[in-house]
Amino acid sequence: MSKLRVATTSLAGCFGCHTSFLDIDERLFDLLKLVEFDRTPLTDIKHCGPCDIGIVEGGICNAENVAVLREFRNNCKVLIAIGSCAVTGGLPAQRNHLDLGDCLSEVYLTEPGTSHGLIPNDPELPLPLDKVHPIHEVVKVDYFIPGCPPSGDAIWKFLTDLIAGRTPTLGHGLIKYD
Amino acid sequence: MSDTFTLDGDEIPFESGQTVMQAALAAGHYVPHLCYHPEFRPHGSCKVCTVKVNGRFATSCTLPAQAGLNVESNIDEVNAIRRTLVQMLFAEGNHFCPTCEKSGNCVLQALGYDLGVMTAGFRHLFPDRPVDASHPDILLDFNRCILCELCVRASCEVDGKCVFALAGRGITKHLIVNSESGRLVDTEVDLADKALSVCPVGVILVKRKGFAVPIGERRYDQSPISAQALADAPREPAAPAGRPCSSCEEGS
Ligand code: SF4
Ligand code: FES
Repeated sequence: MSKLRVATTSLAGCFGCHTSFLDIDERLFDLLKLVEFDRTPLTDIKHCGPCDIGIVEGGICNAENVAVLREFRNNCKVLIAIGSCAVTGGLPAQRNHLDLGDCLSEVYLTEPGTSHGLIPNDPELPLPLDKVHPIHEVVKVDYFIPGCPPSGDAIWKFLTDLIAGRTPTLGHGLIKYD
Repeated sequence: MSDTFTLDGDEIPFESGQTVMQAALAAGHYVPHLCYHPEFRPHGSCKVCTVKVNGRFATSCTLPAQAGLNVESNIDEVNAIRRTLVQMLFAEGNHFCPTCEKSGNCVLQALGYDLGVMTAGFRHLFPDRPVDASHPDILLDFNRCILCELCVRASCEVDGKCVFALAGRGITKHLIVNSESGRLVDTEVDLADKALSVCPVGVILVKRKGFAVPIGERRYDQSPISAQALADAPREPAAPAGRPCSSCEEGS
């Protein structure tokens, strides 16, 4: 059987879910018998090719996040939202009731000492979105693994179920929102 | 000899005057619920306790038990409805479990776990609901309010103070504080009030008590809410202070 191709990325997240993914520890070797990695922070491949499974950490807070998410959706047969931020918007979405302009001026103009009193506007920087969104509000998402972050055991259970062709179920102790 | 009805095929005995929910819990059978509390009269607002009774949907917390009813609760059709209700509550408020002091003790979250809710699914509304931190000892984080009216019921019927009320209708419905200024500090609320201990989610919090029990070791981290049905079995109503309540829909 040829290996399944897997891509992962972190959008408006903290890499905590990727760190938790590494918490599957030596089971990573078992996983690598079944899958190979395409674009992921582990391989440092910059763009995602055709894949079987795409795993997205983090919500959508800027234009680049949207482009990357669309690249994943266009290339991955199965797309998984992993972690509170991808599933609900998470902590970055706590700015949603505030005006974006107010947030930027509070951080860069009002607070002393950050950036010479200028709001960064380098063209290289992706434009922030007005609101932070969970990824299912932008593309169709096939599966969700909640948790901040989900534990390594939850990620392992989910992926092994999926790869074995079972409907992934977490059950008590593995399904967590915190 | 008392009468019985069937719940998912089991015979459930009941006393006259009991609801389907009360009889089920008294017999050790869990029926998912959110706005029901064993010490208060049913409110019937969250609909999470919906069951199928002789082929029709009804809220088990308000439905009087009757002999011979065929009640179906733990079936896919009904659990799918409950899941959607829980999802809507998550999408409607601002529920950021990772930063919530109530996480692990929250009934809404525990229901989500037990029903296998992996996502709110709907578009999140991200409403703007400023907190009320005016009181020196008590924080109100309205972002999490699910409008169950338990604090309203407790404050009116037990504490005799009517500190809380619901205002507005439909999507604009929200919890308000009953004082001239609208702030908690200007009410007679007291740390010993029943109203402070009944919120199923993380709205009403005592300050400086954060994380006394670590995340991961809390009530619903230990065992699923469905395994804790007996804790919600009917018991004596909380002692009423006897002040009539004008803000509750049914009076006291
Ligand atoms: S504050 Fe809590 S107890 Fe009061 S209505 Fe809201 S959710 Fe219910
Ligand atoms: S518990 Fe019955 S309607 Fe809320």
